[in-house]
Amino acid sequence: MSETVEKTNERMISLCHLAKKFGENEVLRDINLEVHRGEVVSVIGSSGSGKSTMLRCINLLERPTEGDILYHGDSILAPNTNLSAYRTKVTMVFQQFNLYNNMSVLKNCVIAQTKVLKRTKEEATKIAMEYLTKVGMDAYINARPAQLSGGQKQRVAIARALSMHPEVILFDEPTSALDPEMVGEVLDVMKSLAQTGLTMIVVTHEMAFAREVSDRVLFMDGGYIVEDGTPEEIFRNPKMKRTKEFLSRVL
Amino acid sequence: MSTFDWIIRLVSEYWQSFLVGTGNTMLMALVGTAAGFVIGLLIAMVRTIPIGEGASPFRKWVFRIVNFILNAYVEIIRGTPMLVQALIIHYSLFVPLKMHHLLSAIIIISFNTGAYMAEIVRGGIMSIDKGQFEGAHAVGMTHWQTMVHVILPQAVRNIMPSIGNEFVVNIKDSSVLSVISITELMFASKQAGGSYSKFVPAYLICAFIYFVLTFTVTRILRFAEKKMEGGASYTICGSQSDPSAEIRLTKQEERIGE
Repeated sequence: MSETVEKTNERMISLCHLAKKFGENEVLRDINLEVHRGEVVSVIGSSGSGKSTMLRCINLLERPTEGDILYHGDSILAPNTNLSAYRTKVTMVFQQFNLYNNMSVLKNCVIAQTKVLKRTKEEATKIAMEYLTKVGMDAYINARPAQLSGGQKQRVAIARALSMHPEVILFDEPTSALDPEMVGEVLDVMKSLAQTGLTMIVVTHEMAFAREVSDRVLFMDGGYIVEDGTPEEIFRNPKMKRTKEFLSRVL
Repeated sequence: MSTFDWIIRLVSEYWQSFLVGTGNTMLMALVGTAAGFVIGLLIAMVRTIPIGEGASPFRKWVFRIVNFILNAYVEIIRGTPMLVQALIIHYSLFVPLKMHHLLSAIIIISFNTGAYMAEIVRGGIMSIDKGQFEGAHAVGMTHWQTMVHVILPQAVRNIMPSIGNEFVVNIKDSSVLSVISITELMFASKQAGGSYSKFVPAYLICAFIYFVLTFTVTRILRFAEKKMEGGASYTICGSQSDPSAEIRLTKQEERIGE
């Protein structure tokens, strides 16, 4: 955790009594969460605990069945919400990278800038190059996604998200699909991002990352947020039995 | 005279008419396939619009009605022979409008191809991984932007063999449009054969030309497919030791390097 980052009390995203059902199956139950500007929040928990669904609800890839999601105090579930504009501000990085297979690395980072944010091609290219350099992928701008390794793909995906100049990036298990030796390169990029004051919500199985980099850790189980605290609190003195059990299994 | 002699004679006397017939056949097949492809793309794009739970009831109803009409079009056209469609549409609509026969035929064949293409494109879209849609939506792209820039380029590449197939089918099936007196290849052959009551030699010529057309088109499409697969290599821009270097890597080398 870096001391240089300015943490404010400005609320970016609030989840209020959020619930999501797939048919009869309740995946999220009464989720309440506030994320402030500049916070790095890690979400841990076993598979099927609702971590990814919560993240996908925030980007509205899934529509919650109950409750509300506020962005700077305004509901994004309201019918007049400009979903496209919201998603440029609260964007997402996926486990499976989801790079556009029909485009080069550079085009992957430029296309949404020109089409959604209406930036000029020159400006978009400049911004894309800046972030591709930052993630160390500037040499590969002409490559196609199919020609890259998993770690390289994920770094491009992060550059693509950053090129939109978002306020929040949601990371959905960004290292889970990677070979072990490639996890480090992606986590390094994420660590450096955490120090820039970007707001990040990271669903992860990397306990070391959650412990070292995040300001807050959420433990989820059975669709509930069971425990919410600093890494110190969660990893050193977990209050809940379920958290202790989970940590004893993964640490 | 043997059949072979008759073929020589018919070709030497009627080569112009065969040539016009071939030209018209190709024109109808080419324009019909291209226009049908555009119709198919548009229909598939509309039919894949996601209607979320958040949509207003009005939107849902409009979508339902539009979808019903498009489904009806696809099912009816696919479920009836083009010969019958041609007769009905031509005599009820285009004759009263005094439309040029060839234009009438091109519209009919496009309309017919569109229904098949709609299903082919839909299959192509379904073959694309869900992650491609999500990757585009997550950075704010709309349905249309996602379709035009990300999904359709990949889908179209996947359905190239089927599009080629439709083209070949159209070259042959345009023969039924001789019923609305288009001088296409079939009509030309019938005329040539009819003048001497020698139909078999005339239809042999006809079959030969159809085969040459479809075979050539198939080869060209195969070549185009290969081109669309894109380069197997890319250029690395610079390296740490020599920033100006441009190293070409092939796919194979890259795999070894991984």
